[in-house]
Amino acid sequence: MTTENHNKIKIMEVPTVAAMAAAGKKPDIVFWVGCAGSFDERAKKITKAFIKILTQCDVSYAVLGTEESCTGDPAKRSGNEFLFQMQALTNIQVLNAYEVTRIVTACPHCFNTLKNEYPELGGNFEVIHHTQLLEQLLVQGKLVLQGGSYKGKKITYHDPCYLGRANQVYEAPRTLIKKLDAALVEMKNCKSKGLCCGAGGAQMFKEPEKGNKDINILRTEEALETKAEVIAAACPFCNTMLTDGIKNKEKSAEIPVKDIAEIIAEAQDL
Amino acid sequence: MSYLPNVLFGLLLVGAIVFFIKNLNRIRKNILLGRHIDRSDQKSERWKNMARIALGQSKMVRRPIAGILHIIVYVGFLFINIELLEIVLDGLLGTHRIFAPVLGGFYDFLIAAFEWFALGVLLTVIVFWSRRNVLRIQRFWKAEMNGWPKWDADLILYFEIVLMTLFLAMNAADYALQLRGAADYIVAGSFPISKFLVPLFETITTPNLMVLERTFWWMHIVGILGFLNYLYYSKHLHILLAFPNTYFANLKPKGSFANNPMVSKEVKLMLDPNADPYAAPADDTATDFKFGAADVTDLNWVQLLNAYTCTECGRCTSQCPANLTGKKLSPRKIMMDTRDRLTEVGMHLEKSKSPSINDGKQLLGDYITPEELWACTSCNACVEACPVDIDPLSIIMDMRQYLVMEQSAAPAALNNMMSNIENNGAPWPFNNQDRLKWNQN
Repeated sequence: MTTENHNKIKIMEVPTVAAMAAAGKKPDIVFWVGCAGSFDERAKKITKAFIKILTQCDVSYAVLGTEESCTGDPAKRSGNEFLFQMQALTNIQVLNAYEVTRIVTACPHCFNTLKNEYPELGGNFEVIHHTQLLEQLLVQGKLVLQGGSYKGKKITYHDPCYLGRANQVYEAPRTLIKKLDAALVEMKNCKSKGLCCGAGGAQMFKEPEKGNKDINILRTEEALETKAEVIAAACPFCNTMLTDGIKNKEKSAEIPVKDIAEIIAEAQDL
Repeated sequence: MSYLPNVLFGLLLVGAIVFFIKNLNRIRKNILLGRHIDRSDQKSERWKNMARIALGQSKMVRRPIAGILHIIVYVGFLFINIELLEIVLDGLLGTHRIFAPVLGGFYDFLIAAFEWFALGVLLTVIVFWSRRNVLRIQRFWKAEMNGWPKWDADLILYFEIVLMTLFLAMNAADYALQLRGAADYIVAGSFPISKFLVPLFETITTPNLMVLERTFWWMHIVGILGFLNYLYYSKHLHILLAFPNTYFANLKPKGSFANNPMVSKEVKLMLDPNADPYAAPADDTATDFKFGAADVTDLNWVQLLNAYTCTECGRCTSQCPANLTGKKLSPRKIMMDTRDRLTEVGMHLEKSKSPSINDGKQLLGDYITPEELWACTSCNACVEACPVDIDPLSIIMDMRQYLVMEQSAAPAALNNMMSNIENNGAPWPFNNQDRLKWNQN
C-alpha cells in the first residue's frame, strides 16, 4: 500500500521555517528532523511517516532544513563538550532568530538534548517527542486511530533510554499502540528497567568493546521472547540496532521493526 | 572499686565515639577535596527525596525479595538502637534495665518487640549470607568483588549474626536470673524469643550465670562499638551516608548531563565577534585546571560522597547493558575505584602533610581503564537501579571528557564522527546542504 503512495509523490511538500518566515508566517511547531531522520536510509522512512501524519492532522509545522545541524548529543556523550556547546550555541542562535517556541522531534537524543541541555545555554523551548505530539493529537481528536492492519497484532515496545529513563516518557507510545487495538506485550525488562539497544552514548558510531555478545542481540532476544509479531521503536538508533538484531536472528521476514509513527501511518493507510 | 565497670565503660564509649568521629572527619575532608557543585537548591524537594528513598527505602523494594529482607534488617536496626540507649545508660550509671521502672508494662512490650526484631534480623542476615554464598547470586560474584570486598560483605553479616545472638543470649541469661530471683536482677521485660534459650543455663550456678550474663552484656556492647568503627573501613557506610547522598542527589531529569561551565566560557568567547583574542585570561582560570576528570580531585564532592555511600550491592552492574554482554565496564567498580583512590589520596595527604597529591598515581589508568569508560552506552540503567541514588554515569562522562579534551584519546571511529559534526553538522559524512533530500524518493 505504501509503495503505491510513494510512487505518486516524488517529492514531499515540506514547509521550511525560512520559507514561512519569508512569507511572514510562523509555524506552531518546528519539526526537528535530526541527522538520522535526514540522512539515514531507514530513519528517513520514519520522517516521512511522521510528516504524513502531521499533514493529515493539519498541524502547522515546518522544518529547518539546511539550517538544522547536529544537536551535539553524540559529541557530548563522547566527552567532546567543546563540540557539543559549539553545536548547541549555533543551533540556539538559529532557533532564537526564528523565535521558535515549540519543537517536536522523532529522535529521543535530539529531544533530550534540546529539552534538557539547551536551556542553560540560552535555548528555551517547549520540546516534545513525536509520540507525545501524536498522543496530544489523539486527545484533541485530530488523530483518529483505528487498528487497520495492526488490529489484534501482538506488538512489543522497546523503551529508548533517552525517552524513558532519561525523561520519564513511558506512557505516550504505549497509549498509541493500545489505541490501535493491538495487543501490547511487554519485554521482561521494560519501562524504567528497559534494556538499552546498545547505540546510546555514541556507541552507534563505534565498534563495541570486547565482550561476549552485542547489546542489540541481547535486547533482540528479549523482544523475541515476547513472541510479538511487531517490534515497535520510538528512536531511529534503537530502530537500527533492533533491525540489525532481527537480521542477525534471521527473522527479518516475519518480525518487522517499526517506529510508532510508521505503525500509525500504515494503520491509517497513509 | 565498685565504680570500675562504669569508668571502664565510659572510657570505652568515649574512645569508640572519638575514634569514629575522627574517621568520619577524614571522610568529610576527603569528600571536600572534590570540585564545587551547588546542591543547595530545592530544599523541600531534597528532603522529600531523602524521606522517600533513604528513610522510605522506595528504590530498595523494586526488587521485592531483597527489598523486604533489607527492610527487616533496617527497621530492626533502627528499633534495637532504642535498646542501645538503655544499655549505654546502664553502663554509665551502673544501673540495670534503667527504663523498666519508668516504662512499666510498656517496657515489657518494647523488650518483646526488640526480641522479635532481633530474631527477624538474625534470620534475614542468614538468608542474606545464603544468597551470597549458597545461591551465589551473580552480582555478588563479579570480578570486582574478588578478595577484600567479598570478605567485607560476609564479615558484616557475621558481625550482625554475632550481635543479634549476643543480644538474645544476654536477655536469656537475664531472664533465667530473674526466674531464680537473683539479687540485682529486676523482674522486667518480656522474652518471647530468648525464653527458649533459658533451659541451656539450667546446670549453671547462679554466680556463674551472673558472670555469663555480664559477659554477654559486655560482648554485645563492645561488639556494637566495634561494628560502629568497622564502618569506616568497610563498604557499610551507607547506613549513614544514604541520607546525605539522597539529599544531595541530582534532581534533574537523568538525561540532562551537566554542561561544563569552563567550556561554556571558552565557547562563548570563541563565538563572540567582539572578544579580544589576546586578552589575558581571567584570574579564575587556574593553571592546573583541566577539562574533565583524570583523578578524584577533578570530580565534584557529590560524586565523592557517592563513592563513600556505595555498599557494593551491584544492582547497577546487574542492569548495565555493557556488563551484561561481557564488557569490562561495571558501574559498581567505577564507584569502588573512586572510593579506593580517594582513600589513598587522603592517606597520602595526611602522611606527606603537603597540599599536593602528586603520588604518581591517578584514577584514570591506575584504577579505571579507558576500555571500561568507552563501553558505556550512557543508558542510565545504573543510576536508575541504585537504591541510594548514586550516579556512576556522571563519573564516566567526566572521565571521557578528560580523555577527549585533554588527551585527544577517543577511539578513531568517534574521532571520525566528531570531525563529521565539525565539518558537516552531522555525525556522518553527508553534506549539510542535502539535509532536506529525505523528502525525495
